[in-house]
Amino acid sequence: MKKPVIEFNNYSFKYHSQVDPTLKDLSLTILEGEKVLIVGPSGSGKSTIGHCINGLVPFSYKGDVIGSLKIKGEEAKDLDIFSLSKIVGTVLQDPDGQFIGLTVGEDIAFSLENDCIEQKSMVALVEEVAEMVEMDRFLSSSVHHLSGGQKQRVSLAGVMVDHVDVLLFDEPLANLDPATGKYAMELIDRIQKETNKTVIIIEHRLEDVLHIDVDRIIVMDDGRIVADMNPDELLASNILEEIHIREPLYVKAAKYAGCEVTEEMKPSKPLSFAVDKEKLIAWYESTDSIIPRGKSEPILELNEIAFQYHAGHETIQGVSFSIEKGEMVSLIGKNGAGKSTISKLICGFEKPSSGTIYFDGQDITKDTIKERSERIGMVLQNPNHMISKHMIFDEVALGLVIRGVPEQEIKERVESVLKICGLYPFRNWPISALSFGQKKRVTIASVLVLDPEIIILDEPTAGQDLRHFTEIMDFLVELNRNGKTIIIITHDMHLMLEYTPRAIVIDSGKKIADESATTVLTDAEIIKQANLKETSLFELAKRAGIREPKEFIGRFIRYDKEVRKNWQ
Amino acid sequence: MFKKQLSIKNIVAIGIGAAVFIILAKFVSLPSPVPNTSIQTSYAFLALMAVVFGPIAGALIGLIGHALNDAISYGSVWWSWVVVSLFVGFIIGLVAKRIDIESGVFNKSKLITFNVVQIIAQAIGWFLIAPVLDILVYAEPANKVFVQGLFAGVSNMVTVGVIGSILLFAYSKTRTQSNSLHREL
Amino acid sequence: MAVEMLSYIERKSPVHELTGVTKLLCFIIWSTAAMLTYDTRILLFLFILSIVIFIVSKIKVKEISFILIFILIFLLLNNIAIYLFSPQEGVKIYGTSHILFEIVGRYNVTIEQIFYQLNITLKYFTVTPVALLFIVTTHPSEFAASLNKIGVSYRISYAVALALRYIPDVQRDFRNIALAQQARGVDLSSKEKLSKRIKNAASIMIPLILSSLDKIETISNAMELRGFGKNKERTWYSARLFQSKDYIILAVFVLMLVGTLVITFHDGNRFYNPFL
Repeated sequence: MKKPVIEFNNYSFKYHSQVDPTLKDLSLTILEGEKVLIVGPSGSGKSTIGHCINGLVPFSYKGDVIGSLKIKGEEAKDLDIFSLSKIVGTVLQDPDGQFIGLTVGEDIAFSLENDCIEQKSMVALVEEVAEMVEMDRFLSSSVHHLSGGQKQRVSLAGVMVDHVDVLLFDEPLANLDPATGKYAMELIDRIQKETNKTVIIIEHRLEDVLHIDVDRIIVMDDGRIVADMNPDELLASNILEEIHIREPLYVKAAKYAGCEVTEEMKPSKPLSFAVDKEKLIAWYESTDSIIPRGKSEPILELNEIAFQYHAGHETIQGVSFSIEKGEMVSLIGKNGAGKSTISKLICGFEKPSSGTIYFDGQDITKDTIKERSERIGMVLQNPNHMISKHMIFDEVALGLVIRGVPEQEIKERVESVLKICGLYPFRNWPISALSFGQKKRVTIASVLVLDPEIIILDEPTAGQDLRHFTEIMDFLVELNRNGKTIIIITHDMHLMLEYTPRAIVIDSGKKIADESATTVLTDAEIIKQANLKETSLFELAKRAGIREPKEFIGRFIRYDKEVRKNWQ
Repeated sequence: MFKKQLSIKNIVAIGIGAAVFIILAKFVSLPSPVPNTSIQTSYAFLALMAVVFGPIAGALIGLIGHALNDAISYGSVWWSWVVVSLFVGFIIGLVAKRIDIESGVFNKSKLITFNVVQIIAQAIGWFLIAPVLDILVYAEPANKVFVQGLFAGVSNMVTVGVIGSILLFAYSKTRTQSNSLHREL
Repeated sequence: MAVEMLSYIERKSPVHELTGVTKLLCFIIWSTAAMLTYDTRILLFLFILSIVIFIVSKIKVKEISFILIFILIFLLLNNIAIYLFSPQEGVKIYGTSHILFEIVGRYNVTIEQIFYQLNITLKYFTVTPVALLFIVTTHPSEFAASLNKIGVSYRISYAVALALRYIPDVQRDFRNIALAQQARGVDLSSKEKLSKRIKNAASIMIPLILSSLDKIETISNAMELRGFGKNKERTWYSARLFQSKDYIILAVFVLMLVGTLVITFHDGNRFYNPFL
C-alpha cells in the first residue's frame, strides 16, 4: 500500500493581513508517487495550499492555522522550513526570481552549497541532475543567455539535487510559450516516471497540463475543495464550468454540440476521446460562421523596417505589414523573435536603421516618443512597471498634467476615460487596493487618456484565470468597437483564436506569416517555427470527419463567445 | 544583534538594493543648475532603503552599490568617497525604528526627523570624511577637496531632502490598510 | 557618465588562471601600497609593473578604451582643478620653489608644482590598471566565493553576488519603465524646469523601486526554500583551489608591500623629494 506523503486534516488558514480565511476546513491526502493537479480560479486558495506544503506558510507568510497538516507523517508546524525543503522541492512561477546563481551550474548547486557539500561531490551531483533536465551542455552558461523554458528546467534541477520526495510546481506554464509548455510537461512526466517522486502541479491551464497523464485533479474554489477526482470523471462533470475554469476546447465543443460526455468516453485526451461524431457534425451545420469584417483604410504601415542593437547583427530584417483602422491583430512569435522590438519601433522607443513607418498615410518615422504617444499607446505587460502615482485619478491624469492641459479639461477627460474603463466608482481609491486586472485597466486608461488611435498591449492576460482573462479581453473588444485599433503581443493561443481574427507571425526578426489566427494555429510549419501548438479543435474536427476544420474552429469560437457573454 | 538583523530578506535587499543603486547612479542623474554637476538620485534611493531595512542594510547598500558602480563604470574604486556612502546609509538607517515607515504614516514630525538626520549624516560625510580621506590618501590640496565635498554634500542633501522625502511618502502610502474604501457613483 | 559597463572578459592567460582569492588579495595589497606611498620611484616601478601584468593578461586596450578615455578626461580636469585651487601645493610639500615663469598673482609655474601634479597623476595611473584587471579577469561567480574566503561573512558575500546577478535585470526593468513614462511625456533632460525634472525622476523611480521590492520578496522566498542561511558557513560551487603559483604570487605581492612601506617611510616622509 502506498504511504500518504501529505495529509491535510480539517485544515484552515488565515493570513494575518486578511479578514477571512483563505483555506477553509480542508481535508486532502496525497500519496507517495502520485501526480496531482490542483486547479482553481485566482483567489481560490490554490497557491496557498502550495505555500502550506513547502513551509512558506506559516514560516514566511504569517497567519493562523487550525487543524493539522502532516508531511511524511510529521506535523508541519513542528518542522522548520529547512527540513521541509529537504522533503518538498518547489519550482516557483517566476523564473528570474528563482534563478539565483549567475550560471546554470551555480544555480543548480545552490542548495548543496548551503548544505556545505564538498566541492568535488557537488560538481558530480550537479552534472548528474543537469543531465536529467537536459541542461548538462549549458552548465557554464550565464542566466542572461537562457530562455524562459531553460531557466525553468534549471530551477527544477535545483530542487531535484536535494533528492526531495515531492516536487511542487507553482503555475509552471504561466511564463512559457505553448510549445515550451508542452515540452515542460513532458519533462515533468518523464522525471516522475524515472524517479517515482510525488508531483503536485498548481495551474489553471488545464488542457495544457492534461497533455500528460495525471492521477487526480483537485478543484479549489473559495478556499474549499469542490472536487477531487480523476481527469475523465471531472471533464464529464459540470464542475469546471460552474467555477469558470477553462475546459479543454475539444470537450467544450462536444458539450456545445449536445454530446453527453461521460467518464467512459475518456475525455482527458483528445486522441482517445470517443466523441459522438454525428452530433458534432449536426451542430457544425446548424451554427453560423464568422462574418468577416469589411475592409477599411490602413492606419499603420511598416515598410521594409530594419533594426539592429549592435552593428552587424540585424534584430529586425525588412519587416513590412499594414494594419487597418479598427482591426484587432495579434503579433506572435517565440521569445526573442523580435515582436517586442517591433512594438518598440512602432512606438518610437527605438529608431529603425532603415525603412519607414506611416500613420494614416503620414510618415512618422522621425517623430519623437512623445509625439507618437498621442497616436499610438503602449501598455506594458507588468502594470507595476507603469504605475507611479498613489491615486487612480492622478495616475490616469499624469500624461495630461505633463502636457500642461488645463485642469478643467483634465478632469473631464480623465473622468470620461475612467467611465469607459469601468473605474469611475474607484476614482479616489489608492491603486494599491486594486486587483491585478483592475491595475491593468488603470494602465490602459492612462494610455487611453491621450486619445491614441492605436493601442499596443504586451501579453495583457498573462497569468490571469479565465474570468479575469475574459474581463480584460471583453474590455478590449469594447474599445475596439468604439474605433480603437488594437495590436496584442501574445503567445496565448486562446487569445489569438478567440479575439484576434488576424495574426502576424515573427521569427528571427522576419515576418513569416500574416494570416487568419485559425490558419496560423492549424499550419504545422508556422506552429513549429513560432513555438505554438496545434489547437485541439483541429484534431477534433478532423476526427469527426468535418471537411472544413478551420471553419469548424471559427464557428466554435463565435458560439463560445456568445455563451460566455452571459457570465458577466 | 547584528546577526539577528541580517535575515535572508535583508541580504536580498542589500543585493538588489545595490543593483538598483548602480542603475540609478548610471542612468538617472539629472542635469543640475550648477554646470558640470549632476543630481545623483541614487542617494535618495539609499535613504529610502536605509529607512525601510535599517542601518546595516543601509550601510552595505551604500558600500557595495558605490564600490561596484565605481569598479564597473570607472575601472577603479574611490574608497574615500565609498566610505561616505557607507556612513550615510548607516546613519540614516539608525532612525528606521523611529520613523517606522511600515506603519503607513509619514507625517510632518517624521519628515523633519528624517531630514535632520540625513543632513547631519551627509554633512559629516561630505564635508569632513571625504575631504580628509582625499587629503590623507591622495595628498590633494585641502581647499580643492573641501570645495568638492561642499558641492557634493549640498547637492546630495537637497536630492535626498526632496526626492528622498517624495519616495518615503510614496512608499508609506503603499503600506496603508485599505479597508475603509467604498465605491462612489 | 560612462553608460557602458566593465565586465569579465574570457581569455586564457596566466592572470586569468590565478584564483579569485589571489587576485582579490593582490588587488587589496596593491591598492594599499599605492594609496600609502607617494614615493615617485615606487610609483614609477609599480606603474611599469602594472603595465607588464596588463600585457601578460592578454586584455586588449581596445576592450577597455571607453574607461581609459574617461579616466584621462577625469585626470585632466582634476589636474586643472588642483592647479586652480592650489598652485603652490608643490612648493608647500617639497619646501623649495624653482619658478619657471610667472602668470598672475600667486599663479606661477614651479618645477615643484609640476612634479607634485605628475606624482598625483602617476598615483591614479598606478591604481587603475590593476583594479581594471581585477574586474575583467575575475569571473563574477568566483567573486563572492573569494570574498567569503578572505573573511567576509558568506551572507554579505552573497549579497554582492546577488547585486552582480541582478544588475542586468534591474537595468531591463529600468529601460521599460523609463520608455513607458517617456511616452506619457515624462522628460528628464534640461528642457524641463528643475522642479518638474525632480517630479519626473520620481515617477520613474517609484515603479522601479516598488517592482524591485517585489523582487526582493520573491528572491528571499526562493532562497529560503532552498536552505540559504541554514548553516554557519557554506561551500561554493565556483570556488577554485589554490595552486603553487597562487602562493608564489601572493608572497611576491606581500614582499612588495613591505618593500614599498620600508622605502617610503624610512625617512619619516611619504614623499620622495628630489629637490633636497
